[in-house]
Amino acid sequence: MPIPSIPFKTYHTLLTVFLQFLFSGLTVGAVYALVGVGFNITYNATSIINLAQGEFVVIGGLMMWFFSESLHLPFLVSVVCTLISAGIVGLLMERLTIRPLKNPDLLLMIMITIAVSIVLRGILMFIFGKEPYVYPAFTEGEPLSVYGAIIQQQTLWVIGITVLCIIGLFFFFKKTIIGKAMLACAVNPAAAQLVGINVSRMVMFSFVLSAIVGAIGGIAITPISLMEYDKGPMLAVKGFCAAIMGGLGSNRGAVIGGFLIGILESMTAGYLHSGLKDAVALVILLLILFYRPSGIFVSKTMQQLRKF
Amino acid sequence: MKRDESIAFIFFVLLMVIVPLISESTYILTVGIFAGINALVAIGLCILMGYAGQVSLGQAGFYGIGAYVSSVLSLYAGIPPVLSIVCAMIVAALAAVVLAVPALRLKGHYLAVATLGFGEIIYIILNEWGPGGPSGFGDIPHFGIMGYTIDSTSGYFYLIWASVAAVMFFSLNLLGSGSGRALRAMHDSETACNAMGLNVVVLKIKVFVLSAVYASLAGSLYAHYVTFVSPSSFSLFYSILVLTMVIVGGIRNVWGAIFGAVVITVLPELLRKFEELDVLVYGLILTMSLMFFRKGIVPILIDTIKRARGSAVAKH
Repeated sequence: MPIPSIPFKTYHTLLTVFLQFLFSGLTVGAVYALVGVGFNITYNATSIINLAQGEFVVIGGLMMWFFSESLHLPFLVSVVCTLISAGIVGLLMERLTIRPLKNPDLLLMIMITIAVSIVLRGILMFIFGKEPYVYPAFTEGEPLSVYGAIIQQQTLWVIGITVLCIIGLFFFFKKTIIGKAMLACAVNPAAAQLVGINVSRMVMFSFVLSAIVGAIGGIAITPISLMEYDKGPMLAVKGFCAAIMGGLGSNRGAVIGGFLIGILESMTAGYLHSGLKDAVALVILLLILFYRPSGIFVSKTMQQLRKF
Repeated sequence: MKRDESIAFIFFVLLMVIVPLISESTYILTVGIFAGINALVAIGLCILMGYAGQVSLGQAGFYGIGAYVSSVLSLYAGIPPVLSIVCAMIVAALAAVVLAVPALRLKGHYLAVATLGFGEIIYIILNEWGPGGPSGFGDIPHFGIMGYTIDSTSGYFYLIWASVAAVMFFSLNLLGSGSGRALRAMHDSETACNAMGLNVVVLKIKVFVLSAVYASLAGSLYAHYVTFVSPSSFSLFYSILVLTMVIVGGIRNVWGAIFGAVVITVLPELLRKFEELDVLVYGLILTMSLMFFRKGIVPILIDTIKRARGSAVAKH
């Protein structure tokens, strides 16, 4: 994602530059966090890692453009329409490709989600073409200045929406019947079935919910970083990185992981070399997978309990 | 090799000798050359996935290493392509060991994402530090042995399909040997394998290195044939393309890899009209074959032939 370029002559202090990188890191990090949380939602309910997760973000950005810029619908209506269409994509994905499989093995599951991500990318490319899309920020107005660092208002929107989203999910899983039922399916599907929870419906909900969460990220980030059809795989890799950093399944971990990756990435782009920013996340990903696959914020005991 | 396999192998070699003799068209031969290059990568991935049960989304990385190392060595260091190809294979093998030792402790999703990450890192390295950066570089010398340079299309067709035949011969013998049986056993149950005293980890690493070496060979041949390389040929999309070939052809049969490579290479040529739809078509083919032909086309064909033969015998 493009990091806003900074005219060094204007600002002198190192602090200003550092803050600038920090804020752009937090912005992209917020989206990685949302993708990571999306991974967790499906992983918790089905132990599937849906590698099409990145495509949901792209769908969010592009459909938002379609509803708001092409159909000229009002802002809130566009948001609702975008979320509904992302939800439908998640629903169709589960109904058409995940549900019909009989005794699937893990390898097959991985490849199915990859295959779906390619289909989605193909459809997006066919509809929207290869060019990047953008629409205006949610609110117009002067950017804020913190010690000389410029913060666009949209940056605050992205971070705010991410935080709200995470809090919302927390209450959804803790306080609502559906949320609790989904958690129950994750813990023990057979027992959940016995107490009358429709497990297959919960699996479907988890796909719909993760698609919506991804799309929210896409809607929020597009005014800053533009959106094009092939951004999905990179977003998925970084979101996955965020998710495993905090231990797969833990939303709090995914959020911290997402922001950390975003910050590291933007620091690398700023201080080292912009071409290397994607490599940073990938190297972190490999290191975590190789040395602490249960996540770096997870205790020793927890690590031994997890299987790889 | 079993008797059936030997017969199939001889037919295959004959077919490859005959194709350039009957076909005058360079276009068909060129498509054939690319099918052969892809088949080399697909055979390696097929052994890794179908026999060793490990998934890799990073084959493009090894393919890229093969192409770049061999072309840089032959272009800038003046090393003859025969040697530079071998050097590239060694580099790819080393890279595979470095990746495999930590990565193969992981399973399923984790392994898939780790190999994907590896492939993308190689892609970024080629973009940033490869000669010519994102736009690549050309003037790579043609392949030649002992003073004789291959530069005709039919020459490359023979060279590449001879490599496929050699790789196939080696692979079939390997899979028929004790290691092959060990691999199949490992695919079915790692625990049982360990209990029988097989070193599963070493076996996995060996197969991973083998698949990397095949991909590297393919990459080198590609570079010396096209004489131009750029990073875009070695992106994640290529890894997925090879995955599609292996799955369409049949994951548990090496012949399937060749078949899948030919089908998936020829298909876009037939679908030229739908240029914008190519990504979608690949995706749909991959999804459909995963859902409905999980065994792959070649194993299904073999089953049908066996059944037909069985009923013919029963009639007598």
